[in-house]
Amino acid sequence: MMMDYGTLRGLIALLILALFIIIVVWSYSKKRKSAFDEAANSIFEEDKEQTELNDVNGKQETNKNV
Amino acid sequence: MSQSNASSVDYNFDVVRQFTVMTVIWGIFGTLVGVLIAAQLIWPALNFETPWLTYSRLRPLHTNAVIFAFGTSALFASSYYVVQRTCKTTLFGGKLASFTFWGWQAVIVLAAITLPMGYTSSKEYAELEWPIDILIAVVWISYAIVFFGTLVKRKTSHIYVANWFFGGFILTVAVLHIGNSMVIPVSMMKSYSIYSGAIDAMMQWWYGHNAVGFLLTAGFLGMMYYFVPKQAERPVYSYRLSIVHFWALVSLYIWAGPHHLHYTALPDWAQSVGMVMSIVLFLPSWGGMINGIMTLSGAWHKLRHDPILRFLIVSLSFYGMSTFEGPMMAIKSVNALSHYTDWTIGHVHSGALGWVAMVSIGAMYHLIPVLFNQGRMYSIRLINVHFWLHTSGIVLYIVAMWISGVMQGLMWRAVNTDGTLTYSFVESLTASYPFYFIRFVGGVLVVAGFLLMAYNMFKTIYAKDNSLKPVAID
Repeated sequence: MMMDYGTLRGLIALLILALFIIIVVWSYSKKRKSAFDEAANSIFEEDKEQTELNDVNGKQETNKNV
Repeated sequence: MSQSNASSVDYNFDVVRQFTVMTVIWGIFGTLVGVLIAAQLIWPALNFETPWLTYSRLRPLHTNAVIFAFGTSALFASSYYVVQRTCKTTLFGGKLASFTFWGWQAVIVLAAITLPMGYTSSKEYAELEWPIDILIAVVWISYAIVFFGTLVKRKTSHIYVANWFFGGFILTVAVLHIGNSMVIPVSMMKSYSIYSGAIDAMMQWWYGHNAVGFLLTAGFLGMMYYFVPKQAERPVYSYRLSIVHFWALVSLYIWAGPHHLHYTALPDWAQSVGMVMSIVLFLPSWGGMINGIMTLSGAWHKLRHDPILRFLIVSLSFYGMSTFEGPMMAIKSVNALSHYTDWTIGHVHSGALGWVAMVSIGAMYHLIPVLFNQGRMYSIRLINVHFWLHTSGIVLYIVAMWISGVMQGLMWRAVNTDGTLTYSFVESLTASYPFYFIRFVGGVLVVAGFLLMAYNMFKTIYAKDNSLKPVAID
């Protein structure tokens, strides 16, 4: 059976909504938490290495990472 | 994660330094032209009866200079810096990165020559004629090759969120620019759009609003996601929110263009879609703003001592303000009052001077000492003075334009009992003069701030390496 253009557009809208929900579930899943915490802190790695090299006390603050 | 340490990677910071210095120079130039045309609106004699100094030719020069010279140079500098640092590898493409610098500066110089001469395609924010458009496309594709090439050869497993925003911005701007610049050339400096009528208008504002959404928003959000956590020395509030933020923002912005064409020949349904999409956009915009500002949660005291962080955080407040104002102005009944008035100008400048300029200025103040081997900027006090000059300049500017704009909207729609208009257009113009003067004063403060920034920058650059020691704040 042929699908008309309006139905097709409706289905695409639903598909995009489903994709968005998948993205939200994926990014808020417990399994991903540690990987994302690591990613959020990755921008400080080089500084930490550098301060360790300079043998300075490099205290790193952390956030709760909601 | 990679074991390589900072000293072992040979970063290409030359091109970052070049773009950083030019960001400040073009910042002065672009805002100075803005102040000149603001003055012309009060004292029309300031065009000196010279065609190439008329408001109509200098206005596109101002918008091109601040968006494509100042703003885009800041984006080049920060994206090239961030992609290298977060991928722990040098830029891909070697000389190609250098080409993007010289090519982009050539585009700016050509714009500064051709716009005052009166060459224009008459498309807002896309005024440049077709030979320059081709050069822009070539430089932009090179930019994409350098940026994505660097992502491909990264030494880390994860692509940090700032790069997602930069990548989205680079890719979309390429599509927008090429799509909207499709023309049939009739001579070296004259061309006609291949689109006609309402379709041409829709193409133009699909381009125009996404220049706002991707160049002036997504790109600068990339900047925000790196420099706010760096300057605050804390990871971003929620990395998970940043992912949802990215996908929601890029999938919604692209539909908002029709709100520029309310009550025009554009079909009503398209206007309504544009309005609804613009209102929904409020959500990802505020999600991103909250994510940036809340990065400071538990460390608010840092704002008291660090004017760079203040630039970054106040930029987010302005971002929140303009992304509330924008969806509101996209509502058709509000738009009926605000459109074609100074309210629009006020809205744009709260976004451009508040969000875009302040986040760039903050990022540049963070970047300049790092790039030129110093522990800090030459003068922290001057950064603070710059912050207050810039902030008071913006507040004067946008408050003046709000009042002037709402007043114009009300005067234009006022009718007498017999149905005739209460006010002539000239009466509304005369009523705007005091606000034009306040706006001019605000603009002067912004330029003064940029001049201080340039002084501070050159003092930092020419200081002996590592002679400026970081001051302990806390």
